[in-house]
Amino acid sequence: MNGSGMLPAMGALIKRDLVLAYRCRAELANPVLFFAVITVLFPLSASPDAETLKLLGPGVLWVAALLSAILSLDTLFRSDFDDGALEQMLMSPHPLPALIVAKVFAHWLVTGLPLIAVSPALALLLNLPPQALPVLLLALALGTPVLSFVGAIGIALTVGLRNGGMLLALLILPLYVPVLIFGASAVHAAVFQLDASGQLFLLGALLALAATLAPWAIAGALTLISG
Amino acid sequence: MQQRCGHPLLQPQQHETLGEPVLRAHDLVCTRGGRSLFSKLNFIVKAGCALIVEGRNGSGKTSLLRIVCGLLRADHGEVRWRGELIHKVREEYYKDLAYIGHLNGLKAELTPLENLRITQTLAATTPRTSPEKALAHMELEPFSLLPCRDLSLGQRRRAALARLLMSRANLWILDEPLAGIDRLSVDRVEGLFRDHVDAGGSLILTSHQPLSLHQTGFESLHLG
Repeated sequence: MNGSGMLPAMGALIKRDLVLAYRCRAELANPVLFFAVITVLFPLSASPDAETLKLLGPGVLWVAALLSAILSLDTLFRSDFDDGALEQMLMSPHPLPALIVAKVFAHWLVTGLPLIAVSPALALLLNLPPQALPVLLLALALGTPVLSFVGAIGIALTVGLRNGGMLLALLILPLYVPVLIFGASAVHAAVFQLDASGQLFLLGALLALAATLAPWAIAGALTLISG
Repeated sequence: MQQRCGHPLLQPQQHETLGEPVLRAHDLVCTRGGRSLFSKLNFIVKAGCALIVEGRNGSGKTSLLRIVCGLLRADHGEVRWRGELIHKVREEYYKDLAYIGHLNGLKAELTPLENLRITQTLAATTPRTSPEKALAHMELEPFSLLPCRDLSLGQRRRAALARLLMSRANLWILDEPLAGIDRLSVDRVEGLFRDHVDAGGSLILTSHQPLSLHQTGFESLHLG
């Protein structure tokens, strides 16, 4: 495979998607706001008691991150599908999985990264001890790209459908479960000052798996729906 | 009367020997929504020739073009590019193919210039001319810094067609390329087609507008 020019193409695609995100920056805040609102709803509905929140906190943060990731997925291929940029991408001589990695990475930069940035503030709001914050940040940094890669498979399969939203959630929420379990468990361990390295290693393994295999699945799905 | 591309930088590149078959479609069958669009369709596209696909609405023109592009799988049959199945030689085929479908493939939030630059990097070959010159040739220079969202339908189409000026592809596949563009631009685009074919390139297109292209080297294929 002739790889000449592949990296510049990936770079250009990332740059293009970041410019597009910047020009529609009103939409940029949506996933973060959604993440924050869900997190804030829990103390209001469950219990404002500090000890209860400390127990619930890790799970709440991860469920909110998961839902926010699903909500933000629609923007990944939707506009490209509607305006024909996806066709042009499918017909680029560059390897399709490489271009997809670039697109998913750009999407993570504008949706996943802001989530990680606001998570410490929300964690403190849920009464998580400050010493748990490094593990929370690391777990989110390893986990949210997995959510983006796995979610991209689902959105690639449903982008051609008019009302694919519910189907998308049904398709990928089960696949998100491992990330949820290990992510929440890592933060839990850190809250109670236990060793969280096992869970973090597993999250890292999931990321390696998702980043290497998902692009091929996404490429297959996109080729399928273009027909 | 033919209008020629007088632009010095738009001198057509020389392609291969004229008349040599480059693309062969064999026994193509396509069924959409339970309805058979065409079956046992055979055709050859030669270097220096254009194939104009004709037919009524819904006769399968777009499906045929998408099959030839590899975007859609035919129910039966095969498409060969220089003797090889197009799915086997994906990289080489796509380096040699420029496709403009119904959708322009332009991002509405980006300017025509930014859009063409992206096309250039995705194409993996050195462009024949710069995005600026391609836009100038399409008379879009005054609009090159406006977001495509603010352009008219015809201007957007011309911005999409400007890709052809940059492309080094031998085979152009164009679905209704003249849709929405004004008379003067039609002459210009038809000139572009003639230059491409004269230089030994190949062209497959559909058009509901009457084309002033009927001369040697232009064949038509009727569907339906």
